[in-house]
Amino acid sequence: MTVLLAVAIGALYACGIYLMLRRSLVKLLLGLVLISHAANLLIFTAGGLRRGAAPIVRAGEEALTRPHADPLPQALVLTAIVISFGVLAFALALFRRVHQSIGADDVDRMRSTDT
Amino acid sequence: MSSIILRTGVRFVTPLMLLLAALLVLRGHNEPGGGFIGGLLAAAGLILQTLASGSGASRRLIRVAPLTLVSGGLLLAAFSGFLAMIGCGAFMTAIWVESLGLGTPLLFDLGVFMVVVGTTLTVIEGMAEGNA
Amino acid sequence: MNLLAVPILLPLVFASVMLATRWPRVQRLLSVAGALGLFLVNLAILWQVDRVGVATLQVGGWPAPAGITLVADRLSAVMLVMTGAMGLGIAVYSLGEIRRRKQRFGYHTLLHVLLMGVCGAFLTGDLFNLFVWYEVMLIASFVLLTLGGRRGQLEGAIKYVTINLVASAFFLAALGVLYGMTGTLNMADLAHAVDRIDRPELLTVLAMMFLVAFGLKAGVFPLFFWLPASYHTPPTAITAIFSALLTKVGVYSMIRMFTLVFVQNVGWTHGLLLAIAGLTMVSGVLGAAVQSDMRRILSFHIVSQIGYLLMGLGLAGPAVAALHVPGRTLNDRAAMAVAALGLGGTVFFMVHVILAKTALFLVCGVVERLRRSASLDRVGGLATTHPVLAGLFLVAALSLAGIPPLAGFWAKFMLVRAGLEGAAWVVTTAALGTGLLTLYSMTKIWAEAFWKPLPAGELQRRDRVMTRGTRLLMYGPTFAIVGAIVAIGLWPASLEAFATRTAAQLVDPSEYVAAVSNHAIFSRSDRERAAMPADSGTSGEAPR
Repeated sequence: MTVLLAVAIGALYACGIYLMLRRSLVKLLLGLVLISHAANLLIFTAGGLRRGAAPIVRAGEEALTRPHADPLPQALVLTAIVISFGVLAFALALFRRVHQSIGADDVDRMRSTDT
Repeated sequence: MSSIILRTGVRFVTPLMLLLAALLVLRGHNEPGGGFIGGLLAAAGLILQTLASGSGASRRLIRVAPLTLVSGGLLLAAFSGFLAMIGCGAFMTAIWVESLGLGTPLLFDLGVFMVVVGTTLTVIEGMAEGNA
Repeated sequence: MNLLAVPILLPLVFASVMLATRWPRVQRLLSVAGALGLFLVNLAILWQVDRVGVATLQVGGWPAPAGITLVADRLSAVMLVMTGAMGLGIAVYSLGEIRRRKQRFGYHTLLHVLLMGVCGAFLTGDLFNLFVWYEVMLIASFVLLTLGGRRGQLEGAIKYVTINLVASAFFLAALGVLYGMTGTLNMADLAHAVDRIDRPELLTVLAMMFLVAFGLKAGVFPLFFWLPASYHTPPTAITAIFSALLTKVGVYSMIRMFTLVFVQNVGWTHGLLLAIAGLTMVSGVLGAAVQSDMRRILSFHIVSQIGYLLMGLGLAGPAVAALHVPGRTLNDRAAMAVAALGLGGTVFFMVHVILAKTALFLVCGVVERLRRSASLDRVGGLATTHPVLAGLFLVAALSLAGIPPLAGFWAKFMLVRAGLEGAAWVVTTAALGTGLLTLYSMTKIWAEAFWKPLPAGELQRRDRVMTRGTRLLMYGPTFAIVGAIVAIGLWPASLEAFATRTAAQLVDPSEYVAAVSNHAIFSRSDRERAAMPADSGTSGEAPR
């Protein structure tokens, strides 16, 4: 399973970077989305995959039933998803506005501020 | 978009989604759920309303500006953490009223709920009006 | 009273209230009041930390490493104070500079969210929270950068947003892998958890991932290209606060990680840091040399100055590695002295560069306000028409170049001495050469903007009138900052002593680790105890 996930993460990174290297703003954004997914999946996998119960203490019990999954990577991933939701929503709004004001989807035409 | 099917459907679906959102917030401390996911669900319900009857419909439904909702939510969340400091605990220490099953984490979750609803509506409304 | 949560709470509360306020006048008042409060609280924290020792707070009473740790040592505390000071200065300055319409559009709210993110990043003792604060900071900076939405701003923002999101993804991936290897993300816990990894070479790979993530944020060679492409686009007050704080958070994170965690293979990691430091200095200053717009020149100088900050960190490598093993004292006096001078120099330089760069940007903002442009071809003769402005620029510029008796001289003096004693000839040469080129660059601005007569084509364009209030708002903070530069330059001893104390705390992280582990359950064997709540408070060390 770990190997499979590792391949999936690699594929996500590869697709993300490929998309980011394109000149279109939309593809750039999709690339960012894929990369953040890849990072989340990487945390999940690196935290250790374990067959076990969900790390939730059941009603009436005092401790977790073993074996259970490590809750921390899940918490990290959840937080990271929330954050990337916010950031990417902003990026989407920004890209849309750029497209409106410049009238192009092509990053090559956005070089007036470069040095 | 003003399809009559959507409008009629939304009349049933949005209240259900809001109800489910409330349920998720309330059970969120010990079981799957919580302010964020509840907020997203509620926002989705309100956005459905917007889709069905135009922008402004959800605004009429919640009656306050989304940014005010964000502001209130942030203050509520900060306040829930601050309560513990009055009682000489560390910032954010949970205070529970055992008999009722209520406590400051619920306040925090409510704050998060408001922030999420407010932010999502701001973003979506901004995009819908074309001046995001 | 434990103040550690206040630098995060205060801006949060002020930002939320300002978000709901409809009256611009109240917003402006709240903005300055909030920034003033933040500055005062941060001063109190610095005072407490310097007198009593490292302060910690376990948020919610949950013990580390599972709980969220806030911790302030001297480095964090001095960064907090600089954040508060610059926040206050910029809050006042922007009342004069930023258009009223933008102010109403949430400028002050965003400024405070930015300050909250920066304070959070300096205070957190946990890598994942560092990531979260980075994102808070980024979201605020994204919106600040695009506020107003001129075409240049939008173009700059595309680059800024993309690069920073990539850096965040890198950071996230790196900390995920680090968690997988060590089972913890608490920095104090990591300091020793990394020793238990059975394949230390993997750690160097991870160190490189963190170096790239933080390096992108800090704008080091060769990852700085986004910075001069975006920093000159928004209003000057925004550029000033970005230049004062954002890249410095990247540097702060590097200092933290490369003194506390990644010290196993210093020959490679810290050697690389030194090489990067030299290249960053030189490439930044050379980039500035070909520019002809004040703000672009200054943006390149941000990059170049980052190099100096890394130089001290790189030089401290051997001592940090030797002291990493707990209970071991270092016999090698020479390496110890180099580390104290190097990290001390970094801290001193940090204070100096934040002051000097902010002052320069503020002056630049006044020039832009007067002449509607900061392009050197279109301004001139300001020395005769605005002698006070010229004087302010001169002091800040000379300090940046490192001319005695200003603050910059002492900062560079410490770093160069560390370089010489550590026999790092190349980077020291680069540092001295960069100082010279910085002087050239500053002379260029001086000669073009202040000294030469106004270009013939610009004669008929009159200066924009500044009302008395605007002048007060814009000159006031600039005067205060330049005053601080002069004061530090004339009486450097107390800051130098403080910087050396800070360096001692960084070289030997045992006090930091002990302060956090007082309220922590770090042994992995009995995880069950992690359910017990812990107290919080100021830790151990006796008052001096």
